[in-house]
Amino acid sequence: MLRFAFVRILSAIPTLLLVVVLAFLMVHAAPGGPFDDERVLPPENARNLQAAYHLDESLPRQFGRYLSGVMRGDLGPSYHYRDYRVSELIGAALPLSLMLGLLAMSLALVVGISAGVVAALKRNTMLDRVISGLAMSGISIPVFVVAPLLVLVFALQLRWLPASFSGGAGGWRFLLPVVALSLPQIAYVTRLMRASMIEALSSDFVRTARAQGLSTLSIVRYHAMKPAMLPVVSYLGPAIAAVLTSAVVVETIFGIPGLGQLFVRGGLNRDYTLVLGIVIFYAALVIVLNLLVDLLYGFLDPRIRHR
Amino acid sequence: MTGVSPGRSPALPFAAAFICLALVACGGGSPEADGIGTLNRGLGAEPESLDYHKARSVEAGEVQRDLGEGLTGYTEAGELVPRAAESWEISGDGREYRFALRRDARWSNGEPVTAEDFVFSLRRLVDPATAAFYSHSVIDIENAAAIVAGEKPIEELAVAANGEFELYVRLQRPTPYFLALLTHPSMFPVHRASIEEHGDAFARAGNLVTNGAYTLFAWELGSMVELRRNEYYWDNQGTAIDRVRHHFIPEPAAELNRYRAGELHITGTVPPEAFAKIREERPDEVHVAPYLSVYYYGFNLTKPPFRDNPELRQALSMAIDRETLTEKVTGRGETPAYSWVPPGVANYSPREFPYAAMSADERHAAAKRTYQDAGYSDENPLEVEIRYNTSETHQRIALAIQSMWRDVLGVEATLVNEEFQVLLSNMRAKQVTQVFRSSWLGDYNDANTFLQVMLTDAPSNMTGYGNAEFDSLVARAADQTDPARRRLYLEEAERVLLSDHPLIPIYFFVSKHLVSPSVGGWGDNVLDYHYSQHLSLSPEE
Repeated sequence: MLRFAFVRILSAIPTLLLVVVLAFLMVHAAPGGPFDDERVLPPENARNLQAAYHLDESLPRQFGRYLSGVMRGDLGPSYHYRDYRVSELIGAALPLSLMLGLLAMSLALVVGISAGVVAALKRNTMLDRVISGLAMSGISIPVFVVAPLLVLVFALQLRWLPASFSGGAGGWRFLLPVVALSLPQIAYVTRLMRASMIEALSSDFVRTARAQGLSTLSIVRYHAMKPAMLPVVSYLGPAIAAVLTSAVVVETIFGIPGLGQLFVRGGLNRDYTLVLGIVIFYAALVIVLNLLVDLLYGFLDPRIRHR
Repeated sequence: MTGVSPGRSPALPFAAAFICLALVACGGGSPEADGIGTLNRGLGAEPESLDYHKARSVEAGEVQRDLGEGLTGYTEAGELVPRAAESWEISGDGREYRFALRRDARWSNGEPVTAEDFVFSLRRLVDPATAAFYSHSVIDIENAAAIVAGEKPIEELAVAANGEFELYVRLQRPTPYFLALLTHPSMFPVHRASIEEHGDAFARAGNLVTNGAYTLFAWELGSMVELRRNEYYWDNQGTAIDRVRHHFIPEPAAELNRYRAGELHITGTVPPEAFAKIREERPDEVHVAPYLSVYYYGFNLTKPPFRDNPELRQALSMAIDRETLTEKVTGRGETPAYSWVPPGVANYSPREFPYAAMSADERHAAAKRTYQDAGYSDENPLEVEIRYNTSETHQRIALAIQSMWRDVLGVEATLVNEEFQVLLSNMRAKQVTQVFRSSWLGDYNDANTFLQVMLTDAPSNMTGYGNAEFDSLVARAADQTDPARRRLYLEEAERVLLSDHPLIPIYFFVSKHLVSPSVGGWGDNVLDYHYSQHLSLSPEE
């Protein structure tokens, strides 16, 4: 198991490097620069700024300089927020995004797993069709449609919840963003759970359990649940990636000062180091979480553990 | 919930985690009870820096004016007054200034503010290593240009301390707006010892030493800055409010919600969609005032169809109904612009297009004739692209102008919206632009801050306009020591500019704030500067 983890971590290094190279090229290819504004700087000032941030050097040199910083754990100074280092900005925005992501993932798992199991047990009934239909729409409707719709209904029409994060206080302001973020994941988890639970319920060991006279409830709880969870667990990796990317949209719509919004502002301001820093951070996070999911998978499925 | 009753189901830990997080989320949001004397202001975007030499945004300036103090400053009504300087003498040729500094001025750590502090700060501003955005604002100080260009050492800057409390400045030409320039945060003194100790991090809470009415107590990234009274400030007894929080709220609608909820005393703006309603509901709380800023459409003069065709440019300008635009489209008290320099600028009366006074029908008829003189007609209509950066307001204005041009002249305009940075780089490259949207915000209360934009070699001149007569009028104005003569030169320069139609001024912005009835000392002014030290809160707050 340890060796497996070690190999996986090693193999992540080229992936990360590729991410850094591509992201570096892309931010520098975007039109404009970090110091451009309607108020155009006189050429001498522009030159001084370029020199202060080494933007006057050739691209390969800039890349080398950046990479050597990253190797030493230094993501560089922000080009826009000139009093701060990128790592400080990420550190300040992270807790909020983490909270949002964890809440959304937890909600997705709790609701998705429950709904999937219910649909599997009540297969081909009206309830199953309603759940499956809702799940299908959850997958089909993108978050940038869901989020404004939620705002329209619950904030502007019903006036139950604040329309934006900074427009309210207390935990309620998390509700709409978390729901918006988790809806597609709830839908996926529901479908996965329903399919795998149906499969588990029709397997030989469940038939044996039934023959022994066990109730449906204890069959699900003690026998079918664990194998049925496997596809859901293997989906956790992609789900986390999806939540991270949707968070960019959700944080922007609700005005949540988290990593996603910082990323968008970084892009609009052409804050090269900030954008690169967040990309690297996200990439590393996704790699680590995928690794954790693989380890968890091994724990749940003895066949993988013993291979 | 049949399948997942509590027990050993794997969903349980997730459920527990969810509930815990939800509880934490609920608990974390309880607002801290505000004591007496905390002013909550909505700011808009987060300031990019509080280092006077590394910031340039309006938002940063708003906070910096609470923290620092220049040689001069403004009253709440926008009158120029001495601040860190007590008085000054100007030489007969208008090129030498001797400032007598206040002897009671103190840094927030209790040290005296000396002439040497100003020398250090001005040198840091022009030092190429600082890479300041605003170093060109002191370009009229002798040798500043050469220092910014890296050709001379910073010690050559013509500023000197004569003893502890006299500052001497020599300019390369009389700059009548120099005293107004000194109010800009880039001219505020920075504290040398803390820069030497903390380097790039000196402008953070805990490190920043300031000479203004407030000092930086906390900077919560993404949320707000909290300022506290500077006990050592020379006019501390004149400061009424102990604590000021500037909250970063980029969306105007969210800011309005917080104002309505009583969380803010002052907003940075009023959202367009709510403006009419809120003015009806709270007429006394809405403050709308002229603002030194103009919204305009520029022409790319380096390429056809606008190169060498002033008639065409004029016809397009005449076909725009600015009154309809400001009433129906922008609708927040903006004023139609028939000049480039906004009204309200000190010692100046803006020139206007000759057609400013015409009725709409007369102007349309004249526009049509001019359009035909320019070589276009219904059979041979102008096809043109209007470029603007993606935003609802810009889009609505562009749509309105597109239809005005079609209705009056038969012009076929296409709308192209681009991300801001893309539009900027296109404007600068002058390759694909034809008509583009932009705006200009004055840095100080003088016509020069607008007119210099259109000089042939001005960096922000995105039109490619160049007229030697205009350039020479602006240059001659800069050499005048007599304010009345200087004004004549500037006004004539604007007349020349307008008759060339390198751009279409569309409307002048207004500042828009909601100010709670509990706030005292608020004054509307063209610069939209509102120093917290001038404000007070009524006792029940």
